[in-house]
Amino acid sequence: MSYVLIIGANSDIAKACAREYAKNGYDLYLALRDKDRLNDFKQDIEVRTKRAVKLLELDILDFNSHQGFYNSLDEKPLGVISAVGYLGKHKEAQKSLKETRKIIDTNYTGVVSILNIIANDFEKRRSGFIVGISSVAGDRGRKSNYIYGSAKAALSAYLSGLRNRLYESQVQVLTVKPGFVATKMTEGMDLPQRLTAQPDEVARDILKAQQSGKDIVYTKWIWRYIMLIIKAIPEWQFKKMSI
Amino acid sequence: MLCTAWGNYPKIECKRYKFNTIEELGEIIDSKSPLIPYGNGRSYGDSALAHHIIETRQRDYFIDFDEKSGLLYIEAGVLLSEILEHFVPRGWFLKITPGTKLITIGGAIASDVHGKNHHKEGCFSSCVKEFEIMLPDGKIVTCTPKDTPNLWRATCGGQGLTGVILRAKIYLKKIESKYIRQTTIKTANLKETFEAFEEYSDMPYSVAWIDCLAKGEDIGKSLLMVGDFDSDGELDYRLKDTKTIPIDFPVFALNSWSVRAFNMLYYGRVKEKISKQRVDIDTFFYPLDAIGDWNRIYGKRGFTQYQFILPKESSFEGLQRILKEISNSGKGSFLAVLKLYGKANNNWLSFPMEGYSLALDFKIESGLFELLDRLDRIVVEYGGRIYLTKDVRVSKDIFEKGYPNIDKFREFREKNGMSGVFESLQSKRLEI
Repeated sequence: MSYVLIIGANSDIAKACAREYAKNGYDLYLALRDKDRLNDFKQDIEVRTKRAVKLLELDILDFNSHQGFYNSLDEKPLGVISAVGYLGKHKEAQKSLKETRKIIDTNYTGVVSILNIIANDFEKRRSGFIVGISSVAGDRGRKSNYIYGSAKAALSAYLSGLRNRLYESQVQVLTVKPGFVATKMTEGMDLPQRLTAQPDEVARDILKAQQSGKDIVYTKWIWRYIMLIIKAIPEWQFKKMSI
Repeated sequence: MLCTAWGNYPKIECKRYKFNTIEELGEIIDSKSPLIPYGNGRSYGDSALAHHIIETRQRDYFIDFDEKSGLLYIEAGVLLSEILEHFVPRGWFLKITPGTKLITIGGAIASDVHGKNHHKEGCFSSCVKEFEIMLPDGKIVTCTPKDTPNLWRATCGGQGLTGVILRAKIYLKKIESKYIRQTTIKTANLKETFEAFEEYSDMPYSVAWIDCLAKGEDIGKSLLMVGDFDSDGELDYRLKDTKTIPIDFPVFALNSWSVRAFNMLYYGRVKEKISKQRVDIDTFFYPLDAIGDWNRIYGKRGFTQYQFILPKESSFEGLQRILKEISNSGKGSFLAVLKLYGKANNNWLSFPMEGYSLALDFKIESGLFELLDRLDRIVVEYGGRIYLTKDVRVSKDIFEKGYPNIDKFREFREKNGMSGVFESLQSKRLEI
């Protein structure tokens, strides 16, 4: 068993994780909706590291396909990283259930659907790790992105429960809470440089936290303290604020 | 947004553009010019600064590697450090590397960088088999010295003024160890330093650290470091975490006293006339990369590196005059690097020529540019020239005297519609 499965593999954080894990000696299953988009990237990792990289087709919103997807893996992965994320168009989502559903189903329902299947297998074989990339946006709802934030909050709660359940079976569950990250998702946003991580920095943090058996990791680390403060603001005050 | 390069001087307002596809790049060149490609921001001065810059760092895919010939095919945004990280453990090293590994392949070509083995292996372009470049009209050309000689001569060393380099094929060299057997020779003056360079000219790698504040008899006293790769099979190489300098030092932190003290300690540390060490790749080739953002020690106002080269026959006399001038000015430099170079290549704006080059850092302060103007005049008087990749202030007149092929370069840019499309602050100042 040498494969790590990365779901939502086309995201910048996922790609950075792929490079980081390959560099550290793992082979990769990269799962995404349109697998041809990563042909060049697969080659990049193979030339860099000589690890095996397999591209797999997976539509996170096609829940019914998930069991078949996992069954089709001849060699089961030793761990999984879900980097699925869809920020969505918040303003549009306020008016349209369709966009709201897309945000919730991508960030939450779809991830839960696939992780349920994987968790059952890992529990049975009593080994493995599950890394879920959530977000600091799930720590407190804010007016600018609370639909995305609420889906991530649900994901964080799910991962917490899963960790509790799988503790007995020695399966590690790691919740990753990135703050600002310089990716396609945030391109064009004016992010404060000192608080913004590069994707490869996030990937290094993830590998380190996963390998050392952590439960929750904020990246950059300072976001743990920023969110502590933000969570401590009383609601009567928070509701008046624009942050 | 404020943009700057490694010297933190100048800082200018600029817009940065990224591209995900070739089509996007074409559109940016069409609609946002004049602009200049920008790699990892390690050129010192204004050669990659403009009000519109096009970022290439994110184009960082490895494409192919041929284990037999050592030919590596990569995108232009790949850093040298990424190549080392993956290929040193497999027994490969860069054929030519400058003193930092934190530059992109595109930047290495556009500066036609050189390293401690210039006297043996020449500039970076000599390890490049070919590169692909997008020209102003959006066409992508595969450039080789044989098929497109003028584009090659203009682009290697051409400071990004001919187009956007997209991919390149470069040859790596086989190594059997990550360690270098180094010999350090302590010399007492410039004459001894020159003699030592000649004596050790067969060594593949050589460079001298020179004390620029030494006076009188001592002028030119140096530590010459020469070396070659070991053969012990030890190849376990990982990128180290760098120490960082979290803030800009106050501007008064570096003065002639603190630099004098540093230089004395550094020189005094070496006791014997000739000593031998075994050091790793990072210590030997990239000592400064170990401290991230070391440019911040020069404070908010920034710094510049003054690097010139003199033809071999006039080097001794010219260097003595220049060192005296610097020493009298009291303007210090932590790092003054002296090296004997091999023959010049045919690229129109490549810096190296056969002779001695000296590179020194100066923090930006009043009186500095006057001093550098004085040095410029000595440099051209002895038939030398200034390195564009480090430069931020040289005058058109001085620059032109050092680069006899400049009019070929200008003509080529004009004829191929590059002028006005690819421009940096430097290209405008020097009217290239």
